[in-house]
Amino acid sequence: MSDKRPAWLSRLASWDAAVIVITVLVLLIASGVVENFGSSRNFTFLLLDLLPIALIALPMTFVIVTGEIDLSVASTLGLTSAVMGDLWNRGLPIETIIPLCLVLGAVLGALNGFFVTVLKLPSLAVTIGTLALYRGLAFVVLGDGAVADFPRAYTSWVTGTIGDGPIPNMLIPLVVLAVVFGLVLHATPVGRSVFAAGASEQAARFAGIRVARLKFWLYVVSGLVAGLAGVLWTLRYSSARADNGLGMELAVVAAVLLGGVSIFGGKGTLPGVLAGVVLLATLQNALRLQDVSNEALNIVTGVLLIISVLLPNIVIRFRAALRRRATT
Amino acid sequence: MNATKVVAPTTTSRSVSRKFSLGGLFKAREAGIVLALIALVAFTATQNSRFLSAQSIRDILLGTAILAVLAVGQATVMITRNIDLSVGSVLGLSAFAVGSLLQANQGMPVIVALVVGVAVGAACGVVNGFLVRFGQVPALVVTLGTLYAFRGAAYFWAGGEQINADELPGHFLKFGNSSILGIPWLVLIAVIVLVVAGIVLRNYRAGRELYAMGSSPQAAELAGIKVGRNTIAAFLVSGALAGVAGVLFAARFGTIDAAAGNGYELNVVAAAVVGGVAVFGGSGTVWGAGLGALLLTVIGSSLAVLDINQFWQQAIVGALILLAIGADRLVAVRVAKSLKKRDSHV
Repeated sequence: MSDKRPAWLSRLASWDAAVIVITVLVLLIASGVVENFGSSRNFTFLLLDLLPIALIALPMTFVIVTGEIDLSVASTLGLTSAVMGDLWNRGLPIETIIPLCLVLGAVLGALNGFFVTVLKLPSLAVTIGTLALYRGLAFVVLGDGAVADFPRAYTSWVTGTIGDGPIPNMLIPLVVLAVVFGLVLHATPVGRSVFAAGASEQAARFAGIRVARLKFWLYVVSGLVAGLAGVLWTLRYSSARADNGLGMELAVVAAVLLGGVSIFGGKGTLPGVLAGVVLLATLQNALRLQDVSNEALNIVTGVLLIISVLLPNIVIRFRAALRRRATT
Repeated sequence: MNATKVVAPTTTSRSVSRKFSLGGLFKAREAGIVLALIALVAFTATQNSRFLSAQSIRDILLGTAILAVLAVGQATVMITRNIDLSVGSVLGLSAFAVGSLLQANQGMPVIVALVVGVAVGAACGVVNGFLVRFGQVPALVVTLGTLYAFRGAAYFWAGGEQINADELPGHFLKFGNSSILGIPWLVLIAVIVLVVAGIVLRNYRAGRELYAMGSSPQAAELAGIKVGRNTIAAFLVSGALAGVAGVLFAARFGTIDAAAGNGYELNVVAAAVVGGVAVFGGSGTVWGAGLGALLLTVIGSSLAVLDINQFWQQAIVGALILLAIGADRLVAVRVAKSLKKRDSHV
């Protein structure tokens, strides 16, 4: 690291700080320019929309920092939702169904973890496989029908707000989980092991970190949280469907990378990721209010994903060029 | 990831056994798929004779043709240790481009349509190639991004519009349905693509360089192989073939909207992986990828004929991917063990 860099440059070069600044700017501009964006109703919807992405992004950050990936999260969400609908159809009480669904999510995650850490298969290929497998099973369980009529007490709590304000109830568990995940990643030995495993798996192993076991549990947590997101998704729309969350893995991976996590592992911060989630959700929400079609929004997500992985490289090269000029 | 490195030293023993096998064209994996295919076809045929009707076989072949053309491109990219997830979207863009051109120019010959499709696909492939080459980011992320960007572009262009068969010129639709010497045009094109790609990859320097890059990028670089240029070329091939597949799709179905080929990437990757192309480069053949495409298509129509819930198909695709990469791992471990044993005797 060069020491004579001007302070403004080093701050700019810290990508996650930049994302937080950009996110705040986009929020301000959107509420100034886009009609209805600043309304409390829209604010509630914005928060509810980003909830599943934010939830799943928390463990995904851990997984990507260790240098692996989990593309099966959206399918896990879908399968959990389908099973939830099926069990409800069979007449099980919701108090039994929800814990079962969380266990299911954890089991699906454990299966990914087993393939990646015990059989030592590449996580990319494994989770592309389970992406298809879990989504396929979701359709096997529920077909293309939908199950509605979940208990009002649950659905209205999930869609409700704190007091009569604009802040949805669901923000409470999200904030609690975000704080827990943030503390674990940035202030505990577990977090340091995650970074070490991503920076150099071999070095981490020599340092006594049980990398395989760590990764296995990260996949379990990833599946568990995706299962939780599946339950919440089902309750929010009061509709269990096999195609719930279809394609959401892109939004999650895009948000995590946008938040400054390196796809090569070993680098990233949770505040940056949360800013990435908010930025993505804000842009999509604002564009949707401007009557931009859902499909055109895909361009925004795709391009943002590409930019967010390209830009850090460009910044590094730019800094290297500056340094070269300074030394000559 | 280590599989390819471990397998590499066995090339000598493989070239020896090549003399005794069918010209070395088929490795164990391909033989396994052929056996599975025969068993599946035989079982399905005994359950329902409709399965071996001319119409059913034709449908399977036409479906395989489109998937196989895509799988050949995917194999080319995967051999270099990259992946192209954008192929389904490129197919959609190409199909819509060709469809709207034909809609406006009814007299346009089929060959021009093919050229346009190839050009659209190649352009998309070059974008992928440049982003991977100069961005120095994993192809997975880049093509995940362009998967959505290209699909978005198709929606942007098409809006909610749909091109129907009655708006397309008759000769183009006939091309999608007619055959020459009993072989449908689509199948013929797929076979040509397979044979050309197979020969180039197997016998020509350009092809061997791709395998070298996939086995060890650093070693390939040191050996003077232009890794960057070849990466772009591989993505160009994959894009161009997805463009071809788009034209075939338009000719076969006649109905094109912006969603054409949505989700195909999963089946294409599955076909290549099941056919023995390693996700981390360096090994696999386009023959395998083509057989993988055939297997997936046959499974699809078997399920329909056997009256099994069609939703099982995607689950089976996923299970097959896991099975295939698991089998690769098993073989790699075995080979590594036998090599170790052999070394210990020296």
